[in-house]
Amino acid sequence: MSTILLFEQILNGLQFGIMLFLMAAGLTLVFGVMGLINLAHGSLYMVGAFACAAVAAATGSFWLGVAASLAAAAAAGAVIEVAVIRRLYGRDHLDQVLATFALILVFSEGTRWIFGSFPLYLNVPASLSGAVILPGGVAYPTYRLAIIVVGIIVAAGLFALIGKTRIGVQIRAGEADREMIAALGIDIARLYTFVFALGAALAGLAGALVGTIQSVQVGMGEPVLILAFVVIVIGGIGSIKGALVGAILVGLTDTLGRFLLPSLFATMMSESDATSIGSALASMSIYILMALVLIFRPRGLFGATN
Amino acid sequence: MTRETTVNIALAIALLAVPIGAQFADHPFIITLSTKVAIFAIAGVGLNIALGYGGLISFGHAAFFGLGGYAAGILASQALNYEPLVTWPFEIQGTTQMLIIWPVALCICGAAALVIGAMSLRTGGVYFIMITLAFAQMIYYFAISWPAYGGEDGLSIYVRSKFPGLNTLDPITFFAICFALLIAVLGFSVLLTHSRFGLALSAARQNPQRLTSVGVRPFQVQLTAFVISGMITGLAGALYADLNRFVSPAMFSWHTSGEIMIFVILGGVGRLFGPLAGAALFILLEHLLGGITEFWQFLLGMLLLLIVLFARGGLIGLLAGGRGNV
Repeated sequence: MSTILLFEQILNGLQFGIMLFLMAAGLTLVFGVMGLINLAHGSLYMVGAFACAAVAAATGSFWLGVAASLAAAAAAGAVIEVAVIRRLYGRDHLDQVLATFALILVFSEGTRWIFGSFPLYLNVPASLSGAVILPGGVAYPTYRLAIIVVGIIVAAGLFALIGKTRIGVQIRAGEADREMIAALGIDIARLYTFVFALGAALAGLAGALVGTIQSVQVGMGEPVLILAFVVIVIGGIGSIKGALVGAILVGLTDTLGRFLLPSLFATMMSESDATSIGSALASMSIYILMALVLIFRPRGLFGATN
Repeated sequence: MTRETTVNIALAIALLAVPIGAQFADHPFIITLSTKVAIFAIAGVGLNIALGYGGLISFGHAAFFGLGGYAAGILASQALNYEPLVTWPFEIQGTTQMLIIWPVALCICGAAALVIGAMSLRTGGVYFIMITLAFAQMIYYFAISWPAYGGEDGLSIYVRSKFPGLNTLDPITFFAICFALLIAVLGFSVLLTHSRFGLALSAARQNPQRLTSVGVRPFQVQLTAFVISGMITGLAGALYADLNRFVSPAMFSWHTSGEIMIFVILGGVGRLFGPLAGAALFILLEHLLGGITEFWQFLLGMLLLLIVLFARGGLIGLLAGGRGNV
């Protein structure tokens, strides 16, 4: 196997990881600040992808589509936060799981109602089509490279927002002691709506960016949702840094596992056995990773010790 | 007799009466729906032991449901092909006898629950929800990519498994088997919750520190409950495989875990007959709403939301009041 191919797969894993980070960041923020498990996060990803596909098809501009995906997902997030999620903060995890599972049904069937069952397609904008030659002579699709860059910018922005701004201070204070910051005169309800909408917008952005690589269809959010959960559990729920590390780990493990495991087994057994065992193990690999992390660090890599 | 007992007896009689009526009116489809309710209720009774009585929110019970189903499917398909399941160190043949399939399914699910439970119980809270989900997903992807038993396409079983002296292909007979098993696991649940073990399990949910201080390790109690819970759900999986004469990786999917959870929560967490009430309501809604619109899941989602937000205690709580065993 060539080094160039391996390098390309590492970049693919990185791109996948960055995309997972966009999903996981909102999920982990919402859990860290509000203590809520939101299964419907994948639906916001789907909303973003559909908004982008619909607007891009209507206007012909991918960039307007991306803007629409951010706006639509944030709006959908704010609406469900005010209408439903707000009532769940005081409830136990069981109620949260069931209510947000119900939201998935509503969103998925609602989207099927509006857009039908056929997948929509999004084209890569002309300015980002083609490939770039990286140092070492690797040709890599410009669009995937752009996703990596966008992801890094968003991650940096998010760290700056949480670490350096006034609203970030309020978010961190909200994680630590919600009664205290309410007593200090912060409108906690508005802060929660903001955090939820922010997470939703990031999920919507991920949906829009991935929409050009995969098809845009109902149910697209669910596999990603489960992966995002794996990411935040590995990283430690509530930790943005953990989400970033977890996302990159999961992205690389999954992509490289699919690439390397079949050829690794091929050195030990027949070609067809190696392919089936290798691919079976590869698709399980991230869950094995998660189980291992939880067995040795029951609260994830960067989770709070208590 | 408490109001809840009355509601429970009424539910059991209703589940028995509907398919018998359907038998006389010659509506085999309704018998099949009732059988489905009984099987899902068994799965729910299993989950209720972990989730309701033990407070262990498992989002991965599809693993046991699917393992039970695949145990039945694989044994039957090997028997029909006349290929031994294992040839070394000794030969094991497949079988289509329910009385052999059930214990095998119970053992496999018990062993799986022991491993999954022992590792998952090291964590707690939301991490427990997620790690159980991860184990179920692991098996789901394994089932999809393992080609020997159909992989993604699933595995058809051409004959329904046999029970000595009964014609299991007759819908009402198969219903009777499932109903009898449902009553049996419900009876077992009653015995369990009223035993010393049941009290320890409740204590482990409410206050593990106190339980430890009186000399009982919560871990062992919870692990035992998780194993029993997985076994009962696995039995339901074996029956479900026989009902459809088909098993597929979808039995392992997280939707299945979610649905089993819905049966329990819809009926009322920690209520003895909650899973039956929940499964019956779910199947009824699926059938009725499915007749109104193609997008019935939209309405189902809305209804579920309203129930979670405004009708805590589930259906049994609504009908019987009180707080149940939680």
